[in-house]
Amino acid sequence: MQTLLEMRNITKTFPGVKALDAVNLKVAEGEIHALVGENGAGKSTLMKVLSGVYPKGTYDGEIHYDGQLAGFSGISDSEKLGIIIIHQELALVPLLSIAENLFVGNECATAGVVNWHETFRRTEDLLKKVGLKEAPAAQVDSLGVGKQQLVEIAKALSKDVRLLILDEPTAALSESDSQALLDLLLELKAQGVTSIVISHKLNEVRRIADTITVIRDGATVSTLDARKEPITEDRIVRDMVGRDMSQRYPERPRRAGDMLLEVRNWNAWHPDHAARQVIENIDFHVRAGEVVGIAGLMGAGRTELAMSLFGKSYGRNISGQVELRGKAIDTSTVASAIRSGLAYVTEDRKELGLILEESIQRNVTLANLADVSKSGVINEAEETKVAERYRAAMNIRTPSVFQKVMNLSGGNQQKVVLSKWLFAGPEVLILDEPTRGIDVGAKFEIYGIINELSAQGKGVLMISSEMPELLGMCDRIYVMNQGSFVGELSTDEASQERIMSLIVTE
Amino acid sequence: MTDTASQARNADKAKSISGYLASHLRDYGLLFALIAIMVFFQIVTDGTLLRPVNITNLFLQNSYIIIMALGMLIVIVGGNIDLSVGSVMGFVGALAAVMIVNWNVPVALTIPACLVVGILIGAAQGYWVAYWKIPSFIVTLAGMLVFRGLSLWLLEGQSVGPFPKSFQLLSTGFIPDVFGVGRPNVTALAVGIVAAGAIVWMGLRKRARNKAYGIEDEPTAFFLIRNAIVAGALLFVMYKLSTFRGLPNVLVTMGILTIIYAFLTEQTTIGRRIYALGGNEKAAKLSGIPTERLTFLTFVNMGMLAALAGLIFAARLNTATPKAGFAVELDVIAAVFIGGASMSGGVGKIVGAVVGAFIMGVMNNGMSIMGIGIDYQQVIKGLVLLAAVIFDVYNKQKQG
Repeated sequence: MQTLLEMRNITKTFPGVKALDAVNLKVAEGEIHALVGENGAGKSTLMKVLSGVYPKGTYDGEIHYDGQLAGFSGISDSEKLGIIIIHQELALVPLLSIAENLFVGNECATAGVVNWHETFRRTEDLLKKVGLKEAPAAQVDSLGVGKQQLVEIAKALSKDVRLLILDEPTAALSESDSQALLDLLLELKAQGVTSIVISHKLNEVRRIADTITVIRDGATVSTLDARKEPITEDRIVRDMVGRDMSQRYPERPRRAGDMLLEVRNWNAWHPDHAARQVIENIDFHVRAGEVVGIAGLMGAGRTELAMSLFGKSYGRNISGQVELRGKAIDTSTVASAIRSGLAYVTEDRKELGLILEESIQRNVTLANLADVSKSGVINEAEETKVAERYRAAMNIRTPSVFQKVMNLSGGNQQKVVLSKWLFAGPEVLILDEPTRGIDVGAKFEIYGIINELSAQGKGVLMISSEMPELLGMCDRIYVMNQGSFVGELSTDEASQERIMSLIVTE
Repeated sequence: MTDTASQARNADKAKSISGYLASHLRDYGLLFALIAIMVFFQIVTDGTLLRPVNITNLFLQNSYIIIMALGMLIVIVGGNIDLSVGSVMGFVGALAAVMIVNWNVPVALTIPACLVVGILIGAAQGYWVAYWKIPSFIVTLAGMLVFRGLSLWLLEGQSVGPFPKSFQLLSTGFIPDVFGVGRPNVTALAVGIVAAGAIVWMGLRKRARNKAYGIEDEPTAFFLIRNAIVAGALLFVMYKLSTFRGLPNVLVTMGILTIIYAFLTEQTTIGRRIYALGGNEKAAKLSGIPTERLTFLTFVNMGMLAALAGLIFAARLNTATPKAGFAVELDVIAAVFIGGASMSGGVGKIVGAVVGAFIMGVMNNGMSIMGIGIDYQQVIKGLVLLAAVIFDVYNKQKQG
């Protein structure tokens, strides 16, 4: 079979990080090629190199396409040769019709005047090809996610696609929509379209893929030919997670004290799509001194769970019971959740955690101004004392606590967020990706702080996409997938393979 | 050896002074801009600008702008804007005129009633902005049209007046000289001395506390010069006022309100929370701050201050006209931005807004004395606003 695409020794570095390290990928004409790997393994980066989002010259290595050395300086370059990428977040304009979306930027027009007759005729053809029975004039936001995905594929077909790249195409789809999409991919293959599919769902990968390439830590681990012999999910999982536990975690005596936080029957629905249940019947508990992890892929609903618990900051029609030390507590607003003893360190510290324009001092006291003020008047001297105390305790590296937070490094910003929540005096801290985007040294310090909290008898609920981190830090790990908990593992029984297999076998 | 060490130390010191100046350029720049503008007009108007009668006029003419700038600063720091203040001011002035002149309601009842109406107007607009998340630009643009129309309707297109003496005192009254000297007015002088003393004393106290906490403080020379200028200017103005009719009532109202709002924004939890809300609404909300209620309150407060401004404006003209307050919102908003507030919220100071309003006021006054036409006045004011904001953005880019 002829090779359509070959990427050789692709290396891409971002400041301080090697995202791709001599990756090789070979895709034969007319096949479906699956690209699998953990979050952050480098799959999306590789596809961005291919499609020209990272233009020629910003990476090392060679791309051969259709027998020729290629290199794109933008998406329009790669699209000209029939390489079309469909991203995880759909790129449709919700308030325009299907027809308008299909031809946006590529309108059937002469001298700038759109030929609507031609547009609608071609739209009908394309919709027939992808099996979507909708009027070309239907507005895109009136369609479900599954149908929107089909519109994206129709759009790719309108551009004479030769190589179709899909990033997690079924992540947001229901079971039946997923099946329909996979069938469509097989049909396109029969018509000669080559596809690269990035997916976490190994059962789907096994169903459609001819070849599977596994990427781990920015390098190609293996390329498996599924046509010769069936490949087991275990085999893929082993390749996906098989790294050494090279990161170190500070030691902590394991202890689980009295029952602290108990959540039962927790349910929440999507804020915009009332029919979509985002959190389904979740029960969990955290004991005093315990560090409990929640593992899962992006989009599993972990952040949504945390935010719905913390003052109903996410979702609608939230229901369920929350108890602290056996007593029901009020978490209906953020203020009451804080008063009840909860704290939530957000995943996105710049957007949701900090006031970047303000000083370290003002950020640290923000969630608990009552303790530095008297009848509403702030005692700034007291406030400075508090900020200095946390600067020393957390080892925040800064010339002064009056420094604006935006001038700090990621690790120090995270310490400011942690200081803010510790000063609020919580009993249970929910940490959402507490070490995302910070360097190894600062990570180690954050782990130390978490252990210190545990030693003080506080409960810690830790959401993380880095499995080694969960395995190294937690006493227990809940595994979450598609809005519900699909398993619970103690540290002794937990391994990356077991967690992965709980996630991928639905 | 010691030579190079001391050289390095000197270099460090020079660096810290220039670094301090760079990071506080906006504050000093504003003060010096006001002084430069005053000196300029003092020269080109042959000394008319700083005559006692003109200084008194300056305060009377600009009082309502300054009072509304206090509320507008808080609205803008909270991340919103209020375009309706000119219309609300005109409407409340009209309401006061109709109540007092046509319906014979006593002045002592009319004033609180009008303030309550202002509060209700602010609440009505703030409700949509805070709880329905409708952009404040649109809500208050609607309010601007609605209240412009309502004042026309209330006045039936006519001017209503004159007001009784007791109402006029709100604006054109003066504090009588309690020492009985009369001219110079010893009360004004005494207030000036006490206020100048208080400013210096508070500055010293803050400086001492900062030193105790090891906070980076303003270099001594800067501190002395700044305080000398502020205290000197205050004494100078009070002396000039004392040789005319003394302290205008509006100046006292304005001064007290400025102190209250400066305290509120800088020293209290509610002030702190408004800055947090404007700086990052989502983060503020996730820190337990009731962001909706705060946004609502900023508009309620604005409504009340616009009503007060309306009363003062009507009292000064001694009549309510359908055109009162027309386009005033633009002067108020310009004053706040010249004073260093940021369009995106979270940044700005009460003192800055007041100085910004004075810069606008002195320019209006100076150019009128010079006989410059209203056409050129508008062009110049527009360019000054643009220059101030460009200066801000340039500064920020250089730092960041």
